[in-house]
Amino acid sequence: MVRQVAATPSAAPRRSDRTAWVPDRAVLVRNPVLRVVVRRCVIAVPLLFVVSALTFVLVSLTPGNAAEQILGTSATPAEYAALNRALGLNLPLYEQYWNWLRHALTGNLGQSIFTGQPVTQAIGQRLPVTLSLLVGALVVSVVIGVGLGVFSALRGGAVGRAADALALIGFSLPAFWVGAELIVIFAVWRHWFPATGYVSISDSPVGWLHSLVLPVFALSLYGIASTAKQTREAMLDVLASEHIRMAWANGISPRSIVFRHALRNASMRVVTVLGLLAVGLLGGTVLVENVFALPGLGSLMVTAATQHDIPVVAGMAVYFTLIVVAINLVVDLAYVWLNPRVRVR
Amino acid sequence: MSTSVPVVDRGAKPSGGNPRFFRRLLRRPVAIVCCAYLAVLVGVAIVAPIAMPSVNSQNAGDLFGANQLPSWSHLLGTDTLGRDVLSRLLVGDRVTLVGVVEALVVVLVLAVPLGLAAGYLGGWTDRVVTWLADLTFSLPAVVIIIVVLSVFPTSMLAGMATFGVIAAPGLMRVVRSATLPIREELYIKAAEASGLSRTYILTRHILPRIAGVVIVQASLLAAVALGVQTGLAFLKLLVADPAPSWGGMVADGTSVLLLHPWLIIPPGATIAVTMLALSLLGDAVRDAAVESWSAPVRTKRAAAKAAPASAGTTPPAGARLLTVQHLSVSFPGREQDVRVVEDVSFGVAAGEIVGIVGESGCGKSVTASAIVGLLPGSGRIDGGSIWFGGKDLARASEAELRKVRGRTIAFVSQEPMASLDPAYRVGFQIEEALRRHRGLSRAAARARALELLRDMHFVDPGAVARRYPHELSGGMAQRVAIARALAGEPELLIADEPTTALDVTVQAEILELIRELQMTRQMAVLVVTHDWGVVADLCDRVVVMYAGQIVERSDVQSIFDTPLHPYTEALLASNPHLEPEAATLPMIPGTVPPPGSWPAGCRFSARCRYAVAACAELEVAIEAPYQGHETRCIRYGQLTKT
Amino acid sequence: MSTHPLLSVDQLRVEYPVRNRPPFRAVDDVTIAIGPRETVGLVGESGSGKTTIASAVLGFAPATAGTIAFDGEDITGATRHRRRRLSASLQVVFQDPYSSLNPSRTIGKTLSETLRPHGSPSKSEVAERVASILERVGLDPGAADRYPNQFSGGQRQRIAIARALIVRPRLVICDEPVSSLDLSVQAQVLNLLRSLQDELGLSYLFISHDLAVVRRISMRVVVLYRGRVMEAGPAAVVYNDPAHPYTRALLQSVPIPNPNLQRARRTSRERSTPDLPSTVKPESCQFAPRCPWAVDVCREQQPPEELTSEGVFVTCHRWREFGALPSRHQSRRRQTSAPDCGSPQATGRVG
Repeated sequence: MVRQVAATPSAAPRRSDRTAWVPDRAVLVRNPVLRVVVRRCVIAVPLLFVVSALTFVLVSLTPGNAAEQILGTSATPAEYAALNRALGLNLPLYEQYWNWLRHALTGNLGQSIFTGQPVTQAIGQRLPVTLSLLVGALVVSVVIGVGLGVFSALRGGAVGRAADALALIGFSLPAFWVGAELIVIFAVWRHWFPATGYVSISDSPVGWLHSLVLPVFALSLYGIASTAKQTREAMLDVLASEHIRMAWANGISPRSIVFRHALRNASMRVVTVLGLLAVGLLGGTVLVENVFALPGLGSLMVTAATQHDIPVVAGMAVYFTLIVVAINLVVDLAYVWLNPRVRVR
Repeated sequence: MSTSVPVVDRGAKPSGGNPRFFRRLLRRPVAIVCCAYLAVLVGVAIVAPIAMPSVNSQNAGDLFGANQLPSWSHLLGTDTLGRDVLSRLLVGDRVTLVGVVEALVVVLVLAVPLGLAAGYLGGWTDRVVTWLADLTFSLPAVVIIIVVLSVFPTSMLAGMATFGVIAAPGLMRVVRSATLPIREELYIKAAEASGLSRTYILTRHILPRIAGVVIVQASLLAAVALGVQTGLAFLKLLVADPAPSWGGMVADGTSVLLLHPWLIIPPGATIAVTMLALSLLGDAVRDAAVESWSAPVRTKRAAAKAAPASAGTTPPAGARLLTVQHLSVSFPGREQDVRVVEDVSFGVAAGEIVGIVGESGCGKSVTASAIVGLLPGSGRIDGGSIWFGGKDLARASEAELRKVRGRTIAFVSQEPMASLDPAYRVGFQIEEALRRHRGLSRAAARARALELLRDMHFVDPGAVARRYPHELSGGMAQRVAIARALAGEPELLIADEPTTALDVTVQAEILELIRELQMTRQMAVLVVTHDWGVVADLCDRVVVMYAGQIVERSDVQSIFDTPLHPYTEALLASNPHLEPEAATLPMIPGTVPPPGSWPAGCRFSARCRYAVAACAELEVAIEAPYQGHETRCIRYGQLTKT
Repeated sequence: MSTHPLLSVDQLRVEYPVRNRPPFRAVDDVTIAIGPRETVGLVGESGSGKTTIASAVLGFAPATAGTIAFDGEDITGATRHRRRRLSASLQVVFQDPYSSLNPSRTIGKTLSETLRPHGSPSKSEVAERVASILERVGLDPGAADRYPNQFSGGQRQRIAIARALIVRPRLVICDEPVSSLDLSVQAQVLNLLRSLQDELGLSYLFISHDLAVVRRISMRVVVLYRGRVMEAGPAAVVYNDPAHPYTRALLQSVPIPNPNLQRARRTSRERSTPDLPSTVKPESCQFAPRCPWAVDVCREQQPPEELTSEGVFVTCHRWREFGALPSRHQSRRRQTSAPDCGSPQATGRVG
């Protein structure tokens, strides 16, 4: 197939041909799914290095050190020095990092300076909480958001504007404030849901769900609004496109047009934004966990950072990075699945 | 080139740097309210800490009067330490706004130059910048910011600057993708070809064009920054006690939430309202930027011109397969509706090929779209009738039109690649139409789709059916589009400039295909085109349009041999294909009057070499000097060839 | 003529790298020469490389091989500095009148900006030159204060021409300048280009997909297909008596505005296979997969360039065997002779 390179403006009204010729750099010879996975992994490696090194350096820069924190301010210099040596904190920074890295590559992220608990264990205990919250909020955002978005795109006029207004309100309410209000209304006033605390799924699935309802809702309000808005805009754009017009012209059923053709094309646009949303929600979990006193990664992070607990902070950084990489990977895969131009030669 | 409608398609890029932009912005009440609110906030930020200097360091107020609800002495109540909530709110404004501004500045300073460089310079710069952006984007922002804040405790600058650095890639990507299409614009190439320096082009040509995008994103980003700032303040990481901040006040309120739920409301509401204002402003900015490209907002509606005669419910005598009578179409304009097509009448007999010929802006495409009720945007038929199959399509409901579309009337448009859904294989799209119109099962539809593709002269229909539209060439895509159109075995095929976007050698194949379809299926075809060669090749009868009207109607041979309208004559004379030996082409002086400024009398008279005074005075009706050959000209007798 | 040509493109090749595949050749072994006051037309469909050649001459596309010389000086791979000086003599008019003018600047600003890199004339001199060039292209000098969206397509194209001519160049590359315009306006712009050529002694490299338009304005024509020259010679000869099968196909495919003649023509049209998605070996004739006359040697060997008795260069193995095309014009009655040996695959099935 002759491939016209985008750099050369093509002949007369050949506009349709120009959009069809994809520059060869985008041509995928091997399996595109594999390509996406490889690409993400390739980025992940330097990323993990950068993040861990960065956090290491930053935490080490903090005034004061762990020994002071543990022993308090009234110990003798000798005692500080002894503790420092014991903790390995007297070594130069790069050596400390190198030690950490060596162990990290074998899966050993060290131990908390304060609790002595292995970092992987400490994080492992809290990871399910944060993940439940994050995934729950994402699912709710997508399901309700896309639904609202499609609905408001189809019903133009007043309903559309009302939907826009609702979305706007959803954007504007800060998640931590919403969380607090929800507690007041549903936990204090009505006692329908627990105000704080988390029940693990292994203890009781119902309890788990119950304890998550309010936090997930608080977190996903923003997500619903954002997804609804993006979906609506993408749908409106796609519905105005030429191939939809031709589908109308040739009598394809309205249901087909909306759900098969328009939604599919609109999803491509929405999926790329979902990745951003997920990363933002990840940040939001820290706030929501605080409000609802959930034992998740967020609270651990804050305490560890203020206590200069280097191994814990570095370990958290690694985990969070992995989560972000995983999110981006899923988004990329979804995009490849949706968009044949990327998938097929 | 071919938009014959006052409405231009969406998706046009917004422009910035245009002084009219700010005026447009301020015309919107929403924008005014938001700007006013933000101005008040800025004012408070400047004034409040000066007016109430003690609030920042006030560790406690009247402890006995703590947690009180609003009263006259404390308009918003008191907090857990007895301090006045309202004054803390006002003083905390500065800290919040400063944080937002810090983040914005960092983002803009990083993202705009890098995005411009990556988009414009391309090559290695682009690759490096994009790679760095991807890397930064994948950083877990929350970890980095919290860690930075532990290094620089309660330093808002550190926290918000870090956020700015992490958020910058987002804006950089937007700037870059806004720059890329501008770089391909021909006036940039012309400037480069004229030897203008890169800096000049970047600052004078590209930057003003992307300013609109940047402003929109900046206002949305400000809202996000506000959320981040208040969130960090909520975690007590950003602002040292006892200085007030909105987020911190929410945190204070949360600590006594169960007993005193009021305390979180004032700061929370303030945050929400401010974020609302920023988002609304962002939307308003975006609307104002794109406004000049979209349909003008109607302020007044004038009554549409009354439809002339024939509002009956039975087809006229002698009706053909398709009989269009006195059709008029208008679009909403700034003050009133603008007529784009006026008093158009013609017919298509069964098995006949009729061509509508004219230049851009004459209304031919609009006429074709009106027949199947597919007028773009807000256009509507405001006069006349379209008789097909015993029904008047101009008055038909959407449900009735849906029965006709695809089944008895099919449509093929100008851009073959764009008329197929890029997400599905082309075979599937044909099958979909078959199942819809013929009620076939999956297997039967697949077989029939392959048959149709074979009819389109594809040697390997199976291979083609498995392809996606972007894997086809223009000619192949057009043949697929025609195959889909034929799925319902229509009696009439409307082809809107079917070959304009195709190469010449491919065009000949498509024309041959259409002719063949007409012969084998006895299908009537209505072709809209600007190419007289296509008319000569395909059509049995011809309709010439100019400025929304029909100016001549005849069979194809007569129109070439003896055109009876000066426009037709002049158009044929200026065709480069007809007189290859002549050195200078005769040309038609002047330009076509656009819809909305059509003159009273003959619309061509200003450019016509045969015009006399009477031409410009009265509206000219169509006459039929010869059987089957009609013209809208009173001077047809004067034309050279007659 | 002992003077060297104004623009000389010699065996130009432009390649674009493709991942995991041999590079894509947009232009291969193209040689063109344009003298002073001369117009050479480049004709081809999409993918022919005609726009890439223009890009290469202007420095937007890198030349992988071959040379480009302007006024005797080699400008292949010229630096930005050299390009700036060159732009005083070498200008361009683009196809799309809607995208070739910055919509947020006045016409006057756009025109005067072209003068910037070449010395700084005073404000009054700039204004004078802007006014005079606007008049030359048939527009009112007051247009300088208006914005592009206040003008029609034809008028904008005139402005684009004015922008190219304000620096008084010697060669103007016209990349499909009339393709986006209505027929009636095309005539205006073509006439303008011709009269300006006479008045100002310009040369044109005129690029178009429309052979009839090119015929009208060019003295010589180069026919391109997939980056290679198929035929090159005096415009009248190539148009009336094409030697290469591709040129023949081009001319036969264009429907002429004469119903009887057109219907007679199309039955005798030599069928060529429509565009197939395949890559063609560089060693073979690029047109072979579609050519109704192709035989084995066409698919194996690059055809040599040969000169006919009428001064036309043809790149085809079998050009001597083809008869004349049936007439396009009523005025001339030519014999519609069948080809002598071999016959085109004139089956009804194509594709």
